[in-house]
Amino acid sequence: MSILVIAEHDNAHLKPGVANTIAAAAKIGGDVTVLVAGHECRAAAEAAARIAGVSKVLHADAPHYRGFLAEKLADLVVSIAGGYSHILAPASGFGKNFMPRVAALLDVAQVSDICAVESADTFVRPIYAGSALATVQSKDRIKVVTVRITAFDAAPAGVSAAPVESIAAAPDSSLTEFLGQELTKSERPELTAARIIVSGGRGMGSAENFKLLEALADKLGAAVGASRAAVDSGFVPNDYQVGQTGKIVAPDLYIAVGISGAIQHLAGMKDSKVIVAINKDAEAPIFQVASYWLVEDLFKAVPELTAELSGQ
Amino acid sequence: MKVLVAVKRVVDPNVKVRVKADGSGVDTANLKMAMNPFCEIAVEQAVRMKEAGVVSEIVAVSVGIAQCQETLRTAMAMGVDRGILVETNAEIQPLAVAKIFKAIVAKEAPRLVIMGKQAIDDDCNQSGQMLAALLNWPQATFISKVTINGEAAEVTREIDGGLENLRLKLPAIVTTDLRLNEPRYVTLPNIMKAKKKPLEVVKPEDLGVDVTPRLATLRMQEPPKRSAGVKVADVKELVAKLKNEARVIG
Ligand SMILES: Cc1cc2nc3c(=O)[nH]c(=O)nc-3n(C[C@H](O)[C@H](O)[C@H](O)COP(=O)(O)OP(=O)(O)OC[C@H]3O[C@@H](n4cnc5c(N)ncnc54)[C@H](O)[C@@H]3O)c2cc1C
Ligand SMILES: Nc1ncnc2c1ncn2[C@@H]1O[C@H](COP(=O)(O)O)[C@@H](O)[C@H]1O
Repeated sequence: MSILVIAEHDNAHLKPGVANTIAAAAKIGGDVTVLVAGHECRAAAEAAARIAGVSKVLHADAPHYRGFLAEKLADLVVSIAGGYSHILAPASGFGKNFMPRVAALLDVAQVSDICAVESADTFVRPIYAGSALATVQSKDRIKVVTVRITAFDAAPAGVSAAPVESIAAAPDSSLTEFLGQELTKSERPELTAARIIVSGGRGMGSAENFKLLEALADKLGAAVGASRAAVDSGFVPNDYQVGQTGKIVAPDLYIAVGISGAIQHLAGMKDSKVIVAINKDAEAPIFQVASYWLVEDLFKAVPELTAELSGQ
Repeated sequence: MKVLVAVKRVVDPNVKVRVKADGSGVDTANLKMAMNPFCEIAVEQAVRMKEAGVVSEIVAVSVGIAQCQETLRTAMAMGVDRGILVETNAEIQPLAVAKIFKAIVAKEAPRLVIMGKQAIDDDCNQSGQMLAALLNWPQATFISKVTINGEAAEVTREIDGGLENLRLKLPAIVTTDLRLNEPRYVTLPNIMKAKKKPLEVVKPEDLGVDVTPRLATLRMQEPPKRSAGVKVADVKELVAKLKNEARVIG
């Protein structure tokens, strides 16, 4: 078995999910090579080389990999795919965007969002917003797989660094032009890597009221998340959305405030270790997955909680 | 320009599905079915572009059993001009969907294909990207905005850290995210009008596409249940539990 893991990074740093994807590769078993493709991304390649279980890092550097466009990344991955039995990437916005393109170019299926490895060709994946877990087997010659990173503990740092080898960039297909990104600026931890998340729903009522959650989050060193309703109402940016069609998270502590607990929201957070729900409706479905729940008006409970944690 | 939209028939998102007792699959018998919500957004987008004079014709395509005709009629009631059902009783996985759409694109020659980012039953999130690969067309997934500007589509995508802007050379494929638009409700007069719109039925074989599944589903299980939680009386008790029982805060 020879596994290629495609690293997600911002040219300087690896994204946290890379180490989890490498852990999934280790479960499959075999030799693990990591591809770091980007623009001036040597530092990210060297970081990948320091993760345990990595035997080699391939580093492809070209201006057209800035922005990590699907067309260009897929062409590169396909150009080196021949030598591998498996190609893995995190099931993040990054992986979901280009991996199916890789699979189709190789004329193989993609196994999306695996949460367990049963054997080298058999994987478990959630369907229907996590209402069922399907065990699927791929008979394709190359297995193209995206990995639910919250389902695998991150691989630790290695004892020694793996070699980094530079490879040629694939030609620039230039089908798509990168115009730029508008990134949400935040001093708080990234949602998918945070140990604690404070999430707000429609019950928050306004963008202004989200400041209550931000104060609580800052007290806890937590990230801030949201339900779809909160995002659609314009309280917070789109990248805060947790759920079936947003981000999948599984922190040690998830505090859901003014969120009813629709199945699409639960799909994104029900694997959290401890779930706290604060809702004024004693019948809210979120209580069914909560470890601790409090039936109270959030405008009373949240400031109290922040104060209590400050020792006041 | 002509636009192709994909519409998949799925279990209504408000219905909770259950795994069959023998673990062979999900029990969908007698469940309410609906158009995949992301496909509704795709249809709405195409219709708005037609209303704005950017699009001349909208063709909706669905792959699946005969009842998908209902889904196509709904799309037509929203404003789609005609429908194509690629009828099959077989299990159709995303690579097969992409191959079928490739064959339809060859016949219909659209300038833009709009698909949902994800089908909410299989949660695969693959078909649009796969179609783009097979056609060697540019793609933009998870879009929240699209404008046609001459020979290009300018799009905003929802990405993990915020938003991204791209310019795609047409013809191109885009997949919809939730914030692209809010689909309209269909009205009775439009449902009546939709009944008269053309609906063509073809088979995957007619298109020369092999739809054999590449993945075999060996088993289906219910996810593990969370152990029952406890109700706390007030914030003080909550904090005490988090500190002393769950030990998740210091
Ligand atoms: C295709 C599709 C995809 C979707 N994807 C997602 C997804 O990824 N993520 C997601 O979250 N949703 C998703 N949804 C939407 C989902 O179905 C729900 O509509 C959404 O999660 C509801 O958000 P909410 O709980 O904030 O709002 P509501 O359901 O309106 O709940 C608000 C809650 O706040 C409580 N509340 C109100 N005021 C107060 C107060 N003062 N104090 C305390 N409690 C209060 C209410 O009792 C209520 O329980 C999706 C839906 C579809 C169809
Ligand atoms: N059987 C189908 N018929 C029509 N469109 C489909 C079908 N399957 C998938 N699609 C389209 O592809 C998108 C992504 O589906 P998936 O890759 O299965 O998550 C859906 O939102 C639809 O727009």
